[in-house]
Amino acid sequence: MATQDPLEDPLDDLITAAAAALALPVDPAWRPAVRAHREVTLRFARSVEEFALPDESEPAPVFRA
Amino acid sequence: MPADLAETTAAEIADFVRAGATTALAETEAALARIEKLNPGLNAFTDVTAERARDRARTIDADRAAGKPPGPLAGVPFAVKNLFDIAGLATRAGSKINRARPPAERDAALIERLEAAGAVLVGALNMGEYAYDFTGENVHDGASRNPHDTARMTGGSSGGSGGAVAGRLVPLALGSDTNGSIRVPASFCGIFGLKPTYGRLTRAGTFPFVASLDHLGPFARSVRDLALAYDAMQGPDPEDPACADRPPEPTLPALERGAYGLRMAVAGGYFRKGLFPEARDAVARVAQALGARHAVELPEAQRARAAAYVITASEGASLHLDRLRQRPNDFDPAVRDRLIAGAMIPASLVVRAQKFRRWYRAQVLRLFETVDIILAPATPCTAPRIGQETFRLDGIEMPLRPNIGIYTQPISFIGLPVVAVPIRLAPMPIGVQVIAAPWREDLALRVARSLEQAGVAAAPKP
Repeated sequence: MATQDPLEDPLDDLITAAAAALALPVDPAWRPAVRAHREVTLRFARSVEEFALPDESEPAPVFRA
Repeated sequence: MPADLAETTAAEIADFVRAGATTALAETEAALARIEKLNPGLNAFTDVTAERARDRARTIDADRAAGKPPGPLAGVPFAVKNLFDIAGLATRAGSKINRARPPAERDAALIERLEAAGAVLVGALNMGEYAYDFTGENVHDGASRNPHDTARMTGGSSGGSGGAVAGRLVPLALGSDTNGSIRVPASFCGIFGLKPTYGRLTRAGTFPFVASLDHLGPFARSVRDLALAYDAMQGPDPEDPACADRPPEPTLPALERGAYGLRMAVAGGYFRKGLFPEARDAVARVAQALGARHAVELPEAQRARAAAYVITASEGASLHLDRLRQRPNDFDPAVRDRLIAGAMIPASLVVRAQKFRRWYRAQVLRLFETVDIILAPATPCTAPRIGQETFRLDGIEMPLRPNIGIYTQPISFIGLPVVAVPIRLAPMPIGVQVIAAPWREDLALRVARSLEQAGVAAAPKP
């Protein structure tokens, strides 16, 4: 079974993969700041995700045809 | 006519113009002279539309002479955050990149509505890049400076709007508020600001940031001026899909009705943590003046702020994706790095944030069954120094910038209308949010007016 090398940070891998998938340039000099922002954003997103909502929940914006 | 012309309110200017005591041209020239004299120190304006303003003012004066009724804002000079389209100018939205856009072909809808009411546009105002900012600083145009202490921030992102009104360059300005960008500069600069209900005022002809959360609204030194401008700008607009299909609901007729009989509460829990003594003092003063004795808890306010943060980062990144690819070095690096991080948020988490938003809205609307007005701090502190990165709270050093909007974000997240009222503290003023249920701007304005009349809220002279 493959295990995560403790020296490799999955967040860095994610940034590399997402930048490639989105064709976004991430200069090595920007990386620490991008990483820090990504960390904060994911922490916030997880705190929202942890809040249990029923399956029937609708998102706030409602498209009206 | 008042002795100090710079202190004249928009309502007074319009009254004088209608009565023939002054002309729109004279008021416009006076505003242009103040801008020329004071703007070098404040850096509030990025464009001054002097010739256009003079032409417009001459038309108003000619119409009045010909017997046409002048509008409710006759001859009132005003300016707009530079994300509003102004015909003939590239809409820069605080950025370097947007300066290469073709000039706007027509004015933003709210400029058209204010000018239809007789107001005179005199220019465009400095702002944080692409509105992703709470400081009023801008790496391309320089920081807008607080008129009460030019070494301090105006707050952002509508920094120039705060500085121009607090500095008495113009009596009226427009800004935008996605997470607090009207209420933060109103607080730091010591003026009144109205963030209406989400969907109340059309955003047509403005450069967007976060479609789910973007609002527009006015700044002024008096509540009457806020109401005058707000009433002139209401009404549906098919050009903005989020603009509600509601007829205008004028607030001026009931503005003097006072706060008596309205049920008041102070926001507790989250809104009482992490604030400086001056912010606590300001809320206490307002609560005492209004007889607000009990507290209400906005459930999960911290999570609401987190969800607003996630939606902002994701939608903001989506808006700028191509620019991030093509011209990453032309962004303010701090904005660019946040946007790149925002582009990498999984969609599944963003949808969760939007679902949480609906849940939170339902909970907060329930609170409004028992209260009419909720009071909360606008900012945790008075205006920090330009360039300041951290502040000390309860002996702990904390990053400043992410914390400026902690009390505004959970409110705009669900589009509640808010009047930020200025409380005169020494050496710097600070704001308090007067929050009402959706579509009840009238109540928030009435309460703000009663605080103004009682001398509790006032826009202090720099």
